Amino acid sequence: MRKKYLGWLLFGLGLLAALVCAMLYSVSTGEVSIALSDIPRILSSKEGMEYFVLTQIRMPRIVLAIAVGGSLGLTGSILQGVYRNPLVEPYTLGISGGASLGVAIVIVFGLHTINMLMLPLAGFIGALATIFLVYTLSIRKGSLDINRMLLIGVMISFVASSAMMFLMSISTAEDLHSIVFWIMGSLDEPNTQLVRLMLGVSLFGLCVTYLFARPLNALQLGQSKAEHLGINASTAIRILFVVASLMAGICVSVAGVIGFVGLIIPHLVRIIIGSDFRISLIGSFLGGGLFLVVSDVVARTIIAPNELPIGVITGIVGGLIFMVVLSNMRRKPKLS
Amino acid sequence: MTEYLKIDGISCGYSGAFSLGNISFALKKGVFAGIIGPNGSGKTTLFRGVSGELPLRHGSIWLNNVNVGQFNNRQRAQNMAIVGQFPETGNITVEDYVLLGRLPYRKALQFFETDEDYAIAKKYMRLTNTYRFKDKLLSQLSGGEQQLAAIAQALTQEPKLLLLDEPTSHLDITHQVQVLNLLQRLNEELGLTVLMIIHDLNLASEYCDYLIMMREGEVYCKGTPTEVLTYQNIEEVYNTVVITLTNPNSLKPAIFLVSERMMSNIDKSNG
Repeated sequence: MRKKYLGWLLFGLGLLAALVCAMLYSVSTGEVSIALSDIPRILSSKEGMEYFVLTQIRMPRIVLAIAVGGSLGLTGSILQGVYRNPLVEPYTLGISGGASLGVAIVIVFGLHTINMLMLPLAGFIGALATIFLVYTLSIRKGSLDINRMLLIGVMISFVASSAMMFLMSISTAEDLHSIVFWIMGSLDEPNTQLVRLMLGVSLFGLCVTYLFARPLNALQLGQSKAEHLGINASTAIRILFVVASLMAGICVSVAGVIGFVGLIIPHLVRIIIGSDFRISLIGSFLGGGLFLVVSDVVARTIIAPNELPIGVITGIVGGLIFMVVLSNMRRKPKLS
Repeated sequence: MTEYLKIDGISCGYSGAFSLGNISFALKKGVFAGIIGPNGSGKTTLFRGVSGELPLRHGSIWLNNVNVGQFNNRQRAQNMAIVGQFPETGNITVEDYVLLGRLPYRKALQFFETDEDYAIAKKYMRLTNTYRFKDKLLSQLSGGEQQLAAIAQALTQEPKLLLLDEPTSHLDITHQVQVLNLLQRLNEELGLTVLMIIHDLNLASEYCDYLIMMREGEVYCKGTPTEVLTYQNIEEVYNTVVITLTNPNSLKPAIFLVSERMMSNIDKSNG
């Protein structure tokens, strides 16, 4: 095996091992602490309070953390590759803004009381509508102007957040509370249907995106270079954007706005293992999952018995790490 | 089979802005051809039309008797490789960068390069003298080395036609000559047909077998350097007075620019 692939394998296995450790720690920690050695016995007994805590609260929560974190990491990785800019993520494109607006409309009009699946549907439609709008507005002379697209994305974020403020100002106190709480981001999702949906979407996203790993390597050098290397660049970008908005939209509808995962994780993965998408896509997925599982443990335990919104943890930790990374990069000779 | 690349009455351009007239020329297999002309004469537009970046409004392009317009991106990339004016840079190793040239040959669901891909990449890195820094990052190389890596990647596509857009414009003379000597060697040894835009008329004269001189979106004249690079043609197309002499060693035309003071001195001595 080539040395390069051996490095990738070790990196992937290392991340996987770290993720498993974080999961085990997370599952045993909380208001009721459960020893790891007791878990097999509790799971086989299928009864009692501890069984309920494990299977109904902690495990779905960990699954959700991995699915949401993985999706956000993957989405950030895709967007950074296509835009050739390490600072973009779902939020800068307005995808999350559009998804939030969709979900807020559903909450204000009470549509989610009809069927819980209205929430992810609204998130996906909001995200897809945003991407479609951004995309059509940025086509000039028959080709995609990426800088223009980024600017329009930022503008759509502003418009969406203003529209949400408007919705919040006309909504009842009860709706207002649920919108605010949901915007802060939470992995507490009692609906197992939504957890399953999120897991399915994230794995689907990983598979589809991985099919585009090598085209993404070429797209990193620019759209016209990718075309010269035989890639159907605009088709690839279109498919990747639909998959990205699917993942980001459903993340927002299930877990609210959790910032910085899509920004920080792909960036760290690139620093550690390099920019080849065949490993960095997997790295971003596992790394995003790991980051959210750990952040969730911190959010649950740091001010126990109360709980911090997870978006607060990822925002602070992610932002700090990002600033440290940026200032370290300045000191070294510039590489990019 | 005398006409390997045949440009048959093409026109292309940007909506509402510059567009090319009716361009036709033909190249034999293994020719080293250059496109020359002043800024704004349509060199780059022509290049983009041939490389497929701009759709053709009229006319067709034939490579080895196959209509290039029927190619999809992948077939196009297997037949013609493009080296841009500014080489790519980034945090990618030279070897990984050169290996991207094998992308047009990948099969569905093939995630990793084959041993054959590695062998081909190695062969062309050796040929372009870039194998010694294959593990360095592209961004750590000098401009000339990056240009060589870009050529190695283009060769790894194993194309029939190599297109280059001013490959030497931002290089010093050492690297200019290094890149052009490499292209000349590839042209001779691999029988590769090369078409490049080149600004420097003396380099064009020295290295190219065939020149296409553009003016205002049309071909002004075409032929061997001796036929094209006459002082009448250059003065007409570039609006600049020059002196052309013959290089005593290569027997190709050499172009000298004329300064204003030199002009007035000539006038005085004549008058």
